[in-house]
Amino acid sequence: MPGHRFRLFCIAAGLLSVMCGARLAPAATPEAYDPWPGLVQDIFNDRPMNDGADVIAIEMPYRAEDAAIVPVTLRTKLSPGDSRRVLTITLVIDQNPAPMAAKFELGPDAKVSEISTRVRVNNYTDVHAVAELSDGKLYMTKTYVKASGGCSAPAAKNADEARSRLGQMRYRQFTRPGQGPVSGVREAQVMIGHPNNSGLQMNQVTQLYIPAFFVHELRLWQDDGLVLAMEGGISISEDPNIRFTYVANGAKRFRAEAKDTEGHVFRNEWKSDDPGT
Amino acid sequence: MAHRIWILAVLAILGASTFSPAQQQELTVSEIAPGLFVHGGQTALMTCENDGAIANIGFIIGEHAVAVIDTGGSVREAKQLLAAIRARTDKPIRYVINTHGHPDHAFGNAAFVRDGTEFVGHRNLPRALTTRGPFYIDAFRRIMGDQLIDEVRMVAPTLLVDDTTKLDLGSRTLILRAWPAAHSDSDLSVLDEQTNTLFAGDLVFLTHIPVLDGSLRGWLDVIDELGTLPAQRVVPGHGPVSEWPAALAEERRYLEVLASDVRALVRRGAPITVAAAMAAASERSRWQLFDDYNARNATAAFSEIEWE
Repeated sequence: MPGHRFRLFCIAAGLLSVMCGARLAPAATPEAYDPWPGLVQDIFNDRPMNDGADVIAIEMPYRAEDAAIVPVTLRTKLSPGDSRRVLTITLVIDQNPAPMAAKFELGPDAKVSEISTRVRVNNYTDVHAVAELSDGKLYMTKTYVKASGGCSAPAAKNADEARSRLGQMRYRQFTRPGQGPVSGVREAQVMIGHPNNSGLQMNQVTQLYIPAFFVHELRLWQDDGLVLAMEGGISISEDPNIRFTYVANGAKRFRAEAKDTEGHVFRNEWKSDDPGT
Repeated sequence: MAHRIWILAVLAILGASTFSPAQQQELTVSEIAPGLFVHGGQTALMTCENDGAIANIGFIIGEHAVAVIDTGGSVREAKQLLAAIRARTDKPIRYVINTHGHPDHAFGNAAFVRDGTEFVGHRNLPRALTTRGPFYIDAFRRIMGDQLIDEVRMVAPTLLVDDTTKLDLGSRTLILRAWPAAHSDSDLSVLDEQTNTLFAGDLVFLTHIPVLDGSLRGWLDVIDELGTLPAQRVVPGHGPVSEWPAALAEERRYLEVLASDVRALVRRGAPITVAAAMAAASERSRWQLFDDYNARNATAAFSEIEWE
């Protein structure tokens, strides 16, 4: 009786999936434990978090396609008439081994309104963006990212190449529709060749941890006016890459300085009106 | 009554296949050339239900010894591969060759650990396993569950291939070649001289969309050189056993389209997120698992090509 057999086949298939399901249940819900309250304590000294929906937006893909390179964009949303200013934005990837991914300091006169970078995402996780405003308060918004599957890992794809690019810096300017010289709004990108090793991996021969080696500070100026500074951690992707908008102040030079955990200091500068490479 | 007996039978089969090592199930393999056996992996993502058996894996029997080429996506799959080998020969397994370190190819290594078995890999493989292994185990525990993952060990190679190495199985020589970063940064190919069969690992994909985890430009260079190897047929990492070097055509086209689309996007200043959505879209109907991997390939390609 084919119908009969089919039913039994379904029972068998059902059993198999129940077995898989049962085994998966505990491991598949790492988000059951919410690290955020503890992170508020550790990173923000337990200061009150206000709703940041009207202050800041965070954009990330719902699924991390490549665990090593997950794009993130932070956008300020204060209306032009608002007298408050965004001083800093802190990016926290709750379930990463080092949750504090970056803290951005926005230059007082640069009017930075958008910052994009790339991060590593190890797990299914909430990602929080916390803005500190000139009113002295913290404003929080968040999104959720599913970890990538397959063979992608938050590690170098081509470790030799990453080493060989160490310290190289590139600068580029983009033209955006409606943001020409009249408004003074510019969009630029700075990238730094660096392996940004996490230090969380153990050498299986020596059983010693491979030391962390990453860019912990990046500062960008127009002449001597700070545009943007980033205090970075190991959640920032290899070859740190930051793309941002700002308002030109008439400066002649755009300058960048990066420092890493081995004490290297990488500096470069470009003419402000250079489109870059 | 008959109904109950059926259910019991189903349970017995399930029990036997899942829990009884005494009657170890054999992995289905075909002898595609004399003494050379291949298990064709499903074109799918690794899951609990498929035991991670998604890659092509195989073995070659020489006069005195056996070489295993990749061990599959779980120790359970690898034990079934071992049973398939033992059903055909009692010669010792002298070499377990890992074509690279990805979970679907190397998670089964632990099933083959014993005295006298050398694990063979690219000179970069130990580094890849060190930096990625713990992450893979955590990530696939979520996807495949504790029971399959608890027994997985990242077994590092004991014999490293720097450039080219020959392995002798007794009147049968395998030529191993370590490649520069391409699909991954530890790709190794295996050529069986006797039957002119090439195990290409994930340097070659058919049907299953190519997956980029090394260097796009490197891969395109490697394809050109790989195509000159004197083989008649290839066992790709994923997809059907095919004629050589014609098997490279589809993959080459995909990688070239990806590179040229990404290059154009970088040139016009598009952000990386746009590349993920648009690059190589014209290839969508030609590959399985396109939606699972293309955005990721484009993301990786973008972060490489923007440094040109």
